[in-house]
Amino acid sequence: MDIFLQQIVNGLVLGSIYALVALGYTMVYGILGLINFAHGDICMIGALTALTVAQALAAMGLPVPLVLVLAALTAVLVCVVLGVSIERVAYRPLRRAPRLAPLITAIGVSILLQYSAALTWGKQYLAMPELVKPGEIALGGVHLTDLQVFIFLLACAVMAGLLWFIHSSRMGRAMRATEQNPDVAGLMGVDVNRVIAFTFLLGSAVGAIAGMMVVLYYGVGHYFMGFMLGLKAFTAAVLGGIGNVAGAMLGGLLLGIVESLAAGYIGDLTGGVLGSNYRDVFAFLVLILVLVFRPSGIMGQHTGDRA
Amino acid sequence: MISAGHHPRFLNDPRLQWALYCAAAVALIALPFAVDATLGRAWVRIIDVALLFILLGLGLNIVVGYAGLLDLGYIAFFAVGAYSYALLASPQFGIHGSFVALLPLGALVAAVFGILIGAPTLRLRGDYLAIVTLGFGEIIRICLNNLNRPVNITNGPQGITLIDPLALGDIALNQTYTIAGVTVAPVHSYYFVFLACAATSIFISLRLEDSRIGRAWIAIREDELAARSMGINTRNVKLLAFAMGATFGGVAGGLFASFQGFISPESFTLLDSVMVLCMVVLGGMGNVGGVVLGALLLTALPEALRYAGPLQQDWLGAVYVDPSNLRMLLFGLALVLMMLFRPAGLWPSTTRRRELSGGRDAHVAK
Repeated sequence: MDIFLQQIVNGLVLGSIYALVALGYTMVYGILGLINFAHGDICMIGALTALTVAQALAAMGLPVPLVLVLAALTAVLVCVVLGVSIERVAYRPLRRAPRLAPLITAIGVSILLQYSAALTWGKQYLAMPELVKPGEIALGGVHLTDLQVFIFLLACAVMAGLLWFIHSSRMGRAMRATEQNPDVAGLMGVDVNRVIAFTFLLGSAVGAIAGMMVVLYYGVGHYFMGFMLGLKAFTAAVLGGIGNVAGAMLGGLLLGIVESLAAGYIGDLTGGVLGSNYRDVFAFLVLILVLVFRPSGIMGQHTGDRA
Repeated sequence: MISAGHHPRFLNDPRLQWALYCAAAVALIALPFAVDATLGRAWVRIIDVALLFILLGLGLNIVVGYAGLLDLGYIAFFAVGAYSYALLASPQFGIHGSFVALLPLGALVAAVFGILIGAPTLRLRGDYLAIVTLGFGEIIRICLNNLNRPVNITNGPQGITLIDPLALGDIALNQTYTIAGVTVAPVHSYYFVFLACAATSIFISLRLEDSRIGRAWIAIREDELAARSMGINTRNVKLLAFAMGATFGGVAGGLFASFQGFISPESFTLLDSVMVLCMVVLGGMGNVGGVVLGALLLTALPEALRYAGPLQQDWLGAVYVDPSNLRMLLFGLALVLMMLFRPAGLWPSTTRRRELSGGRDAHVAK
């Protein structure tokens, strides 16, 4: 039972990171109907930027909170510039093209980002300095580290802020209007291009923070880390109902838990035939099952002809 | 060879056409030896690989180009074909079957996988289908990577080595022969086998395109609902597209395994799927000539970029940009630029070009 709770806790932490990345997919999909394949790689750029800044600042001996804040700010800034310019250059001209074209462009952008990162940072694994010393907290038989608590709380704060923003601010209202119908929103005086650019801005900023959490959590970064992260986050978005912001959060947490439990128990369940090295398969299986049996996800509306 | 009816008028003379075909045939037979003599044997190998990619590209073209089903896990069929050949023709299980039986078997296994993947995804379209096929492709790769425990089937990440070469009786293609004073190295022999396969696949593709099935595929691509209203059994026809495309991949996989003598899950990543997709897209979806062009270009250009390292050394005094990274970088850039400026590909099919240039309002995002 302790192992079970422990896996749930681990899953929640992992899932909160997936949820943050999933937000970027779901917001863009909601408005543009585009799977932004490059989003995982934007997170990767954010992660590696944060890692580099943290390395440099930690070497200078600055206090830890300051290092974290500065690293996060730089990562957010870089990713926001990147995300908005990708939208402007690569996606906007294709907004009314057949669906295949922007999807292939997105794959191209993803490869472009990966190998730009490989050129900048090299192909080896990069170590993140251990900023938050993992102190253990025991909570009724479950072991938590400070880092896990920090990541989970930060993720929750970001999600709550985002939900509030989308539901209460003027820009959030414009975003929801554009999601429902871009043409009518334009007639009502919403600057659709600005809203879409802002969506990319928001998604990239949140993605940058998620990327930084990944390097904090695992302690290493890599130019290819965005691929799996992106795919799992996309799975989370689909699971929750793509296009639905709250659904993405729920989907992320659920996927994290499913994955942790599966990785923790599969060895016992199958008598050691399948090991935890199959954990990535579960994310894909969840994705396929959801898409085949309930393409609208848990909280999504009926997607009609699309799926 | 590509498609009749578009030739300039002077080419309509049948004698001239025959002369051209003969000249092309002679050129294709002489090509590997000429390349060997001028550019070196490494380039003959590259041509061999390009021919394999023509096979793969044409297979994917059936799924993506004709039927309009975006498949991002196509390399899985290549993997299935390669592994079914490798397992039954290597010391892995001590079985050494003949390729005459194994290639069709690999094609069959791949076709079955095609139907297995196609069946649950029939309802999906567009980007959802792309993601699901991507998921299937990754699952197959992860399984190949991990099926070495508890029973060693695929030998895991180490892959399978010492795979038998193609052989007919005593003539194995991994030997060097001298025929009429010409040295025929393994790369040359494989060239002719691959050339025959590529030519066959081009022929099949062209015939399929104009067949009843081909027209049904294109109808589904253009408008599935309308196609169904016209009495096309969309389920069967879509499954057939998956199976047919997978068959091409399976054959290519078997050939690849025998050619390399070694395979591992490394060769079947998502990037390889994307690579084949790019050949189809850059060349011109749905057009056989375009796909062949795309396969040749995308195999040759990255290889040519290998010279980028020494060139930098010569001109700039140091290697600033790692050639393998540069290759992928340019590859990604090419994808983006193609979609922005020439979305129908370098050599588009006529219907596809019409579809992508005119009637844009039919595809508004929402």
